[in-house]
Amino acid sequence: MALLQIAEPGLSLDPHQRKLAVGIDLGTTNSLVATVRNGVAETLSDSDGVHILPSVVHYSEAKPPLVGQQAAFKANQDPYNTVQSIKRLMGRSASDALQLGEQLPYEFVESGTGMPYLRTAAGDLSPVQISADILKALNARAEQSLGGELEGAVITVPAYFDDAQRQATKDAAQLAGLNVLRLLNEPTAAAVAYGLDQQDKGVVAVYDLGGGTFDISILRLTRGVFEVLATGGDSALGGDDFDHVLANWLMQQGGEHQYDASTTRELLGLARSVKERLTAEEQINLTLPGTGKQLAVTRADFNELVKPLVAKTIRACKRALKDAGVTTEEIQDVVMVGGSTRVPLVQSSVGEFFQRAPHIDIDPDRVVAIGAALQADILAGNKPDSELLLLDVLPLSLGLETMGGLVEKVIHRNTAIPVARAQEFTTYQDGQTAMLVHVLQGERELVDHCRSLARFELRGIPPMAAGAAKIRVTFQVDADGLLNVSAKELSTGIESAVQVKPSYGLSDSEITRMLQESYSNAQDDREARSLREQQVEADRLISALRSAIAEDGSRLLSEQEAKDLLAEIEVLENLTKGESAGAIEAGVEHLAQVSDFFASRRMDSSIQSALQGQSVDYFEKEKG
Amino acid sequence: MDIAQNFFELFGLDTSFDLDLQLLSERYRELQREHHPDRHAHKGEREQRLAVQATAHLNEAFETLKTPLLRAQYLLKLEGVDTGEENRRQLPGPFLMQQMELRESLVEAASGQDPFEALDKLAVEAKGLEAAEYSQFNAALVAQELDSAEISIRKLQFINKLIREIEAAEDRLDEEY
Repeated sequence: MALLQIAEPGLSLDPHQRKLAVGIDLGTTNSLVATVRNGVAETLSDSDGVHILPSVVHYSEAKPPLVGQQAAFKANQDPYNTVQSIKRLMGRSASDALQLGEQLPYEFVESGTGMPYLRTAAGDLSPVQISADILKALNARAEQSLGGELEGAVITVPAYFDDAQRQATKDAAQLAGLNVLRLLNEPTAAAVAYGLDQQDKGVVAVYDLGGGTFDISILRLTRGVFEVLATGGDSALGGDDFDHVLANWLMQQGGEHQYDASTTRELLGLARSVKERLTAEEQINLTLPGTGKQLAVTRADFNELVKPLVAKTIRACKRALKDAGVTTEEIQDVVMVGGSTRVPLVQSSVGEFFQRAPHIDIDPDRVVAIGAALQADILAGNKPDSELLLLDVLPLSLGLETMGGLVEKVIHRNTAIPVARAQEFTTYQDGQTAMLVHVLQGERELVDHCRSLARFELRGIPPMAAGAAKIRVTFQVDADGLLNVSAKELSTGIESAVQVKPSYGLSDSEITRMLQESYSNAQDDREARSLREQQVEADRLISALRSAIAEDGSRLLSEQEAKDLLAEIEVLENLTKGESAGAIEAGVEHLAQVSDFFASRRMDSSIQSALQGQSVDYFEKEKG
Repeated sequence: MDIAQNFFELFGLDTSFDLDLQLLSERYRELQREHHPDRHAHKGEREQRLAVQATAHLNEAFETLKTPLLRAQYLLKLEGVDTGEENRRQLPGPFLMQQMELRESLVEAASGQDPFEALDKLAVEAKGLEAAEYSQFNAALVAQELDSAEISIRKLQFINKLIREIEAAEDRLDEEY
């Protein structure tokens, strides 16, 4: 007879018990958490049955932070301690934050780490800590509604998030006690929610119109690989703008009337509700606050008002398609994300532009969280037979600074990740014993135009002639798009490594801008590159000549010759300060010519000294 | 995964320039399914690290075999001939003359009467040259004439660059119209 097994309370005997995993959409305005239950992905609600958690945190001196709707209520009375839109600051530097300062009513504090800190009643807090508070609230909601500890979470990020922004998001999750199974691109998550990953191949457009931002992503799907071909959009265009134009129009309809602040707010709220009701109804009858005037608003009126805004998003779609190098005919599926895509004019305009009906069956506010939940369920090991495999690509190229402030790309954007790649570099000067490794991300050719991710030094290189040392720099990017860099001098084995953990990042619009500029400025870049190359060439010649004069000048040159050479060097030095690559090139050529006699004298003299004391026999043997 | 295997063996394919790209993609997907870090996300740190390494190797191998020029260079490398950056093989004069003429036509095409058509024509010509050179390379490799295969690679590097420049010129035209 089999013995009965008694399990310890809380421990399951069943090895096949489902692991609890969630998908989290950590949004600029709103956040959501979703999971797969009984084979269906669904978002989780709080105890009041509300699914959407506003991404707002309110801090006070003694009490724990308030997150969500309760915090949002405090925004008017206590703006400095109520943090909204923290996602815009994730992975960004203090100076970036100051530029955004006009839009954000917070007091920033210098931290010394490069990360901007916000001064609140609960102390100085980083964007990572504030995001962690939002994630903690979602974690608590999930554990309460699922009845156990989470195995892990998939967190979504915009496709164009760079290494710094991804790292900051991952750090926030860790701070919130979440095990990150994967960072997933938002448009990819939306495509997964619709099961588009199961198709063999195709190009998918994801149109994401939220409250305050608009994003368009073009993805290519090739046998299980989701590749982001292009992203674009407008970081200051969203459904809130629809409310504003409608509210202004309502005011005009009311005629001459002075509106106070509270009536204006009331009008804005009314505009929003009219907008929402017009998705289902053709006409709304209302009473204008303040004047008490009766008014009918038709859908046609509303469409006329928001038409210019919708047209702006369509123009961005056009640009993204061009960047991606695909035509509208190649787009197989269009996925709608974000609450503002419920507006009928948005749906019809998008459908018309892409010549196909967009996917709207899944709630556009929840579609990203749902896709993330589907992926989390698989990653937690609940579906060992699942076919779904999302292979991602690097959003922006990674490279190293080389002489002259140029960027040598080591891994190009759109390379499938994870990826490891090594490149060999050498020393620039005789006897150089250290090398600064400067890691950059971006598409442009000059360091100043790319985003600096990390700097570290490789020390202890044995002194050798310039160009003799071989330093291998290895980049490793994991499946989340996060980078590790190591450097090794090959003859000695001296090694140095860094986990790239930058303290700030680029803004979304900056990344979009950088990508666009990388195309439009290709010509400028080539010119700048050739200027820098000539400058490097000139510097190299000048430095070599100066050290040769210092070493052998008194022995091999007359006083006049030395003086002349130094004067020629100065001429070239002045040329390198200019902007003409051609002039520098000619200058280098000229200096090489006028110093040629000195080079030959040095050559003769060194051969003579090399031969001194060597037997002819030895010399012959070496030769033959 | 045995990373000592050559890339062809890794995918269970014959070591040859002629490759069934469809089959390569399928094998790539099968191996990804087995090794991708997402498949090991719920396991220990060591497994995950190994998975990242294995997949990085796999991505490298796939990229190399998928891209004709990289594949050709890799085949030659397996024969002991490294055609990396240091490839300074002398090219025959007529070839260089032809390349110069093609580049001149590129400049003329972009500023001519019907730039789109002229660039199109040029692209067709360059791609024809490319295809012919690849079969030359393949024949040389099969016959173990490694010197001649190496010269083919050098030529292909030129032709490749020309094709990229034609595409860049087309992009610029698109911007303008």
